[in-house]
Amino acid sequence: MKIPLSWLKEFAEIPASVSVAEIDEAFVRVGFEVESIEVQGSDLTGPLVVALVKEIEQLEGHKKPIRYVGLDCGEGSIRYVICGATNFAVGDLVVAALPGAVLPGDFAISARETYGKTSNGMICSARELGISDEHSGIIVLPENCAPVGTDAIALLEINDLIIDVAVNPDRGYALSARGLARELAASLNVSFKDPATLGSSGTFPATNSGVQISIDDPSAASVAYLRTIEGFKPTAPTPLWMRRRIEKCGMRSISLGVDITNYVMLELGQPLHAFDKEKISGSLHIRRAGTEKKFTTLDGQERTLDADDLMVADDKNSLALAGTMGGMTSEVTESTTSIALEGVRFNPTDIAKNSRRHKLSSEASRRLERSVDPLLAEISTARAVELFIELGGAKYIGTSISGAPVLPAPVNFDPSFVSSYLGFDVSPASIKAKLEIVGCEIKENSATDWTITPPSWRSDLILAPDFVEEVARMIGFDAIPSTLPIGKGGASLTPFQSRKRTTALLLANNGFIEVYNYPFVSPEMVEILGFTGDRAKSFRLANPMSEEFPLLRTHILPGLLTTAARNIGRGAKDLALFEIGSIFRDTVELPTQEALPTHQKPTPEQLKQIYDGVPSQPVQVGGVLTGNIDPAGWATKGRAADWNDAIGYAIRIIEETGNKWSIATSDFAPWHPGRCAEIQVNGKAVAHAGELHPRVCSALGLPARSVAFVVILSALDYLPPLASPAVLTMPAAVQDLALVVNENVPAIQVEAALRSGAGQLLESITLFDRYDKLGDGQVSLAYSMVFRAPDRTLTADEVTGYREAAAAAAAAQCGATVRS
Amino acid sequence: MSSAVESALAAALAAIAGAKDLDDLKSVKISHVGDKSDLGKASQSLGKMPPEERAEFGKVVGAAKGKVSAAFENRQKELEADRDARVLVEERVDVTLPYQRRAQGGLHPLTILTNEISDLFLGLGYRVAEGPELESEWLNFDALNIPADHPARTMQDTFFVEPLAARLVMRTHTSPVQIRTMLENEPPIYVICPGRTYRADELDATHTPVFSQVEGLVIDRGITMADLKGTLDYFARSMFGPDVKTRLRPSFFPFTEPSAEVDFFFNGRWVEWGGCGMVNPKVLAACGIDANEFSGFAFGMGLERTLMVRHGITDMHDIVEGDIRFSQAFGTGAR
Repeated sequence: MKIPLSWLKEFAEIPASVSVAEIDEAFVRVGFEVESIEVQGSDLTGPLVVALVKEIEQLEGHKKPIRYVGLDCGEGSIRYVICGATNFAVGDLVVAALPGAVLPGDFAISARETYGKTSNGMICSARELGISDEHSGIIVLPENCAPVGTDAIALLEINDLIIDVAVNPDRGYALSARGLARELAASLNVSFKDPATLGSSGTFPATNSGVQISIDDPSAASVAYLRTIEGFKPTAPTPLWMRRRIEKCGMRSISLGVDITNYVMLELGQPLHAFDKEKISGSLHIRRAGTEKKFTTLDGQERTLDADDLMVADDKNSLALAGTMGGMTSEVTESTTSIALEGVRFNPTDIAKNSRRHKLSSEASRRLERSVDPLLAEISTARAVELFIELGGAKYIGTSISGAPVLPAPVNFDPSFVSSYLGFDVSPASIKAKLEIVGCEIKENSATDWTITPPSWRSDLILAPDFVEEVARMIGFDAIPSTLPIGKGGASLTPFQSRKRTTALLLANNGFIEVYNYPFVSPEMVEILGFTGDRAKSFRLANPMSEEFPLLRTHILPGLLTTAARNIGRGAKDLALFEIGSIFRDTVELPTQEALPTHQKPTPEQLKQIYDGVPSQPVQVGGVLTGNIDPAGWATKGRAADWNDAIGYAIRIIEETGNKWSIATSDFAPWHPGRCAEIQVNGKAVAHAGELHPRVCSALGLPARSVAFVVILSALDYLPPLASPAVLTMPAAVQDLALVVNENVPAIQVEAALRSGAGQLLESITLFDRYDKLGDGQVSLAYSMVFRAPDRTLTADEVTGYREAAAAAAAAQCGATVRS
Repeated sequence: MSSAVESALAAALAAIAGAKDLDDLKSVKISHVGDKSDLGKASQSLGKMPPEERAEFGKVVGAAKGKVSAAFENRQKELEADRDARVLVEERVDVTLPYQRRAQGGLHPLTILTNEISDLFLGLGYRVAEGPELESEWLNFDALNIPADHPARTMQDTFFVEPLAARLVMRTHTSPVQIRTMLENEPPIYVICPGRTYRADELDATHTPVFSQVEGLVIDRGITMADLKGTLDYFARSMFGPDVKTRLRPSFFPFTEPSAEVDFFFNGRWVEWGGCGMVNPKVLAACGIDANEFSGFAFGMGLERTLMVRHGITDMHDIVEGDIRFSQAFGTGAR
C-alpha cells in the first residue's frame, strides 16, 4: 500500500528530522517490507503558482490543438503561455510553472518562442510535476481553492515521501493510514493518536428512518451499518487536500461521493460502499446468491454467480458482489443526492471466495479478506457521514444496524513462554510494555498467568506464539542470539540418494553434462516420439504456463532432446547430456479427495487416502549423445557416438548398482526399431538404449544417428554388499577360438554357450573380432578365452580340452562351427 | 691353447670397442661372448681336459671371459648413454599441444550445491528427506495452515493438475516433505528437504516457474528462535564465507509463528535469502506432535538465488536452459 508520510504524521509524532533510510528501516524492523520510497518534489523547484485562466486563443494550422493562454498569476499583468492541453476553460484555476522553475527530469522552464508566439511559462499536468502518472490533461484546481499567485508546491503538498509498503496477509489492519501510522510510531518509539474513535458516531444514532439493512446469513458477517443521507450535492468538488491524499495513495480522485468512501477506507481501513438510495427497492440484505444466475458489476462485466457467492441485495435484486465490487444498477452517479452508505465486517473467507471465484481483486476485497477491525463498521460510516455533511452539504437521515461486532477473545498466557521460545531473557515488564504497544490489554492474575485481551483489529492473536511474535517484533529480531543445535547421530544419505550421486558422477566423469529440464511437454512431442501405452497417459496441468506445454512428462527424454536441439541451434556439435528426474504417469484411478481436518493428525485410514492419492513418480536417468563421443582434432579423426555407446552407458549405470542384467532386442519408441536394446533386471525392463528413430531426429532437428539411453533408476534393487571375486595368482593360459554362426543368433547367446562349455576355470572371455562378410547369412566371431586355476599352472592339453568343450557347447546351443 | 684364447680375447675386445650402436653390440655379443664364440667354445672344452691341465687353462679362460664381460658392460653403458642423449631427444614431442580426448563433463551447479548443503547438514546430524513433486493439496497447503480460501494460498501461484477432484498440485515448496516427515517420524526430527518446486511465474532474468529449494526442519524439546538464528548463521557462513552477516526481519508465513525473512550481507548489500520461523503449533497439531512437549523451527531458501548470488549469475536463463557451456564450467565440484 502506498501512503504519504505527511498523512502518517497526522497520527504519529514522527520527528521532522527523520530520514528516508530511517523510515525504511523502521518499517522493515516491525515486519513491513518497503517496496519503494518516492521522494516527491525533491527534483522540483519553483516558481510554481496558482493561476487563473483569463483568455484562450486557439491557434490554427497545427497538427494538434494549440492554445495561447492568458494567465493571471497574481503579478498584476497577464502572462501568456502556449499550451497543448484542452481540458480547461476560461475561469479555471491551473498550476503554472514560471521561467526559472525546474520540473522533474531537469526540465528548466524559460521564456521561449514557439508556434509564432512567446510562451512565458507552462501550464502543468500532474505527471509533469512528478506527482502522479496523470497526463491526459493539465491540473484544474477546485474553484476558489486558493488566491492566484499562491505557491502551488505548498498548496499541492508536493514535498512528501510516498512510501509503498508490502502488507502481509495477517495484517489487514495495516492497509490504512491508521494501521501504518501505528506500526511506524511503535517502531520509532513515538506516540500515536488513533484516528478511529467513536467520537462522531453518537451524533448519528440508530433510527428507523432511512434504508434498513439485515444480515440474512449470520455466517457471512458479524456487524453491518447502513447510514442514509439526503440532499447531497453531487457536483460539489473534492477538496484539494483529500484529492491529493487519494492520489498519493495511488488511487484516482473521481467525484466527491466516491472520493469520501475511498478516503475513509485509506484512512481507517474499512471499505465502504455508497448505494444510490433511489435505486434501492425496500431494504438491504446480506445473503448468498442462491438461485440467482447473473450479475453485472460496475465494470460492465456480466458475471455468472455461484450459489455460495455473497451478495448485498435489496428486496428484489442483488446490488453488489459483497465486499468485492458494486453493481451497475445502484451505482452512485453525478445526479445522486440520496445515499445509503454501507460498512460491514464481512467474514474474510467469504470475500476471499468472492474475489477468487470472479478473479476480481479490488481495494475493498484486499482489505476485507484480510480481516477488518469489527469496530470500524460503526466508526468509519460515521466518519464518512461527517464528511458528506461537511463537504457535500448532505443531511443525515438515519442509521440501521444488523448484528454486533465480534471482538477477539481474551487469551491466558504464561509470560515465561516468551523467553523459552525466543532463546533469550525478556522481563515480564518488557513483555507487558511491548504487548501494550500493539494494543493488547493485560491483566496479571499471577506471575505465570496473564489474561491478554487483543485489540479489536488483531483477530490473528490467538495462540501463545502469536504473542511471542509481537513481543519479538517490538524488541527487534536483531536481539535474538545465535545458538547451534545438533541433530541425531547416524545421519546419512539414503541408498537412493547415494545412487543418484554415483550415477551423476559416473556420467559427468565420462564427459556427460547434466541439465535440468522443465517437465512440461507438448502433445506434439508425445506424437513425434511415438509414445503409447503408459507413456501416453500424461497428467495435464489445469493452468499451464503455456497452452503449448500442458502435459507432465511421462519419460525423461522429451526435455533432453529439446535441450540437445537448443544446444545444436547455438552451434554445439558434439553433445553428451544427461538428466536425472521424476516422471509422472496417470495410470492409476485416483480417489476423489475429501477435505480433511487439520486440527489433529489424520487417522491411519485418512493418511492412506492422502498417500494413495499421490501417484508414484519413478526417477529416470536419461542421456543423449550426438556427434562425436571422442572428439576429432589434430591427433585423431574422432569417433561418432553410436548405439553401442548408449547401450554401454545404460549397462554401466545398472552395473554400478550391483544388479545383474540381461539384454534383448527391442522396438521401443522413440528408438530405431532395429537398433534398440531393452535391458532387464530380474525379468523386468529397467532400461532402453540405442539409436534414435531417424524420423525423431529429423523432426526435432537432431543430427542423424543420435543415440540415447534411459534407465529407471528407482526400479533397481538394493543388494547386500558385494561378495569379493577371488583374485588368482597362478599363470593364465589364453586360448583363441573363431566360430561361424548364423547372423540372427544374438552374440550374447554365443558367449553364454561358450561360458557354459568352458568350465569352472574360465576367467574371462572377450570377443575380439567380428567378421560379417562371409555371405550366406553367416558371421564369424573370434573369442579370446583366459583360463586360470587357483592352485597350479595349467597344461597345454588341459586348456585345449576346455576350448574344445566350449566350442562343442556353442555348436550344440547355437549351431556354431569352428572356423578353419 | 692359451694363445688361441689370447687371440680370441683380443678379437672380442676389438669387436666390442668397434660396436657402433646397441644393435651392433648385440651381434658382437653373439659372435664373441656367447656359447658359439671362440671363448665360449674354449670354456666348454674345459670339461674334456685332463684335470691337471684344467685348472691352469681354466684360470686363463676365466680371466679372458671376465675382461670381455667387463668391456661389454662398459661399452653397453656408453652406447646407452649415447642413445639417451641423442635418440630420445629426437623423439621429442610438443607437450603443449592441446588435449584432444573426451572432455570432462559436468554436474549441474544446482546438483553440486544440493550435495554441498546436504553434506553440511549431514554433519550436523540432519537427514536428507525427499518427496514427490506432484503432491497432495492437503500436504502442500492444508496441513501447513494454508486453508483453501486464505489469501496466503494466492501468494503462491500454484499449478493445479487435472482431474481437480484428485486435489493434486505441483508442489509450491518442499514443505510437504516436512509434513510427511513429521507424519511418519517421532521427534526429535532434524531434516533438510531439497528438491524441485513449482510456481506459475513467467521465466525471466530472476524468476522461473520450476525452481529448487532447500528447506530445513527441526523438532525437538526446547528448540528456540535463537537455535534457528544460529543454524542459519552456520548455513550462511558455509555458503558465503566466514564473515557473512545475516539478519532476520519479521514476516508472515502461515506455517510459522513467529515468522521471519532471512537476509545476508554480501558485496555491500542485503540480499533476501529465504523465509523461516518457529513451526506454527497448528502445523504440529496436524502432524500429531504435542506442541506442549516439542517446539521447532523451519527455514527455506531458493537454490537458484543462492547460486546466482554466490557465483555472480545474472540471468536465470543460464540455469534453466541447459546450455552445455554453463554447466561444463562448474565441472563436478564447487569451482
